[in-house]
Amino acid sequence: MNNENLRDLVVEISGANPRKCMRCGKCSGTCPAYAEMEYRPHRIVAMVEKGDIEPLMRSQSLYRCLACMACVERCPRSVEPAKLVEAVRLLVIRGQGQNHMSPDDIPQKLDAELPQQAIVAALRKYGK
Amino acid sequence: MRYSYYPGCTLKTRAKELDRYARLSAVALGAELEELPEWQCCGAVYPLAKDEIATRLSAVRALMSARDEGRTLVTVCSACHNVLKQTNEALKADANLRMKVNNYLDPEVPYAGEARAIHYLELLRDEIGFGEVKKRVANPLKGRRIAGYYGCLLLRPSAVMALDDPENPRVLEDFIRALGAEPVAYGRRNECCGAYVTLEDRAQAEKSARKIVQSAADAGAETIVTACPLCLYNLKNSAGGLPVRYITELLAEALGIAEGA
Repeated sequence: MNNENLRDLVVEISGANPRKCMRCGKCSGTCPAYAEMEYRPHRIVAMVEKGDIEPLMRSQSLYRCLACMACVERCPRSVEPAKLVEAVRLLVIRGQGQNHMSPDDIPQKLDAELPQQAIVAALRKYGK
Repeated sequence: MRYSYYPGCTLKTRAKELDRYARLSAVALGAELEELPEWQCCGAVYPLAKDEIATRLSAVRALMSARDEGRTLVTVCSACHNVLKQTNEALKADANLRMKVNNYLDPEVPYAGEARAIHYLELLRDEIGFGEVKKRVANPLKGRRIAGYYGCLLLRPSAVMALDDPENPRVLEDFIRALGAEPVAYGRRNECCGAYVTLEDRAQAEKSARKIVQSAADAGAETIVTACPLCLYNLKNSAGGLPVRYITELLAEALGIAEGA
């Protein structure tokens, strides 16, 4: 797929509009996963806008987002960066055989206190 | 007053205290929580993709069931409430989603977001009233310094959740005050605990949680309270050193109905 098609797909899946971004960087400033990310939220928004989606699809940054909505809440332009991150991640994991986490991965991660909510959430975010 | 009640999966397993004391405390406060006759897991996280329908359906079924019972739907798990409320508001706002959902579920009466979904804290604040809660407190938690932890899910996105001011909330502090304890102000009360990332990268989640517990400890808190089982897990596992409890455990203790109290 070419860059424009990929960008249009991300915009369609997310329902968010990266062109509203004014590059203030507040999303990255407030992101609790900032230190763990190769591409930070403000950069992700800019890359989606440019159609530079393929490097994002290969990046582990997609699996560091906590969907905490801090960037969505605090963006002065209502760009909703978390929705763009989720859409790019879905572009990857919706592919056949591309789940980032599957039920088979869960048993080794279990401990006696882990809430069921965590397992369901992780499988929803990292698989299909 | 009777309410429909959505417990959620984790409240039937790891978070039984959150559930049990929510029900017992509600009875003590004159509210009856009646569990929905049939409900499924809400999915734990609200799908951020606009084009996902199937992952929203279990929430729609719960909302529709409450609508059919003609009662307000109360949920105490922050994550379940977030999913239910966001789904409900999306159905009100998005005609395309509404059409697809109704075509798929084919209910006798189409669903358009008529249910009212509230969190347990809203039940206490807006239906019962913190003043009334305070009157029923048999065992005031005098001198206890408690940090209310909001996390993300109760507050954000605020345009949809509309539970409190997203940056300067007060419902947990007012709750703690109503129980006779002293709420502790600290900076990280509405920052993320690390959430489901604990299964992807435990160190990342622990780092987030540790900062929160440290922030509460530095402000002089002796206990943290939350309404979310995953927040409780992450905060407890962060080695931050403070005990973490559910809001309903604290409520039951103050009402004098906690076991062993």
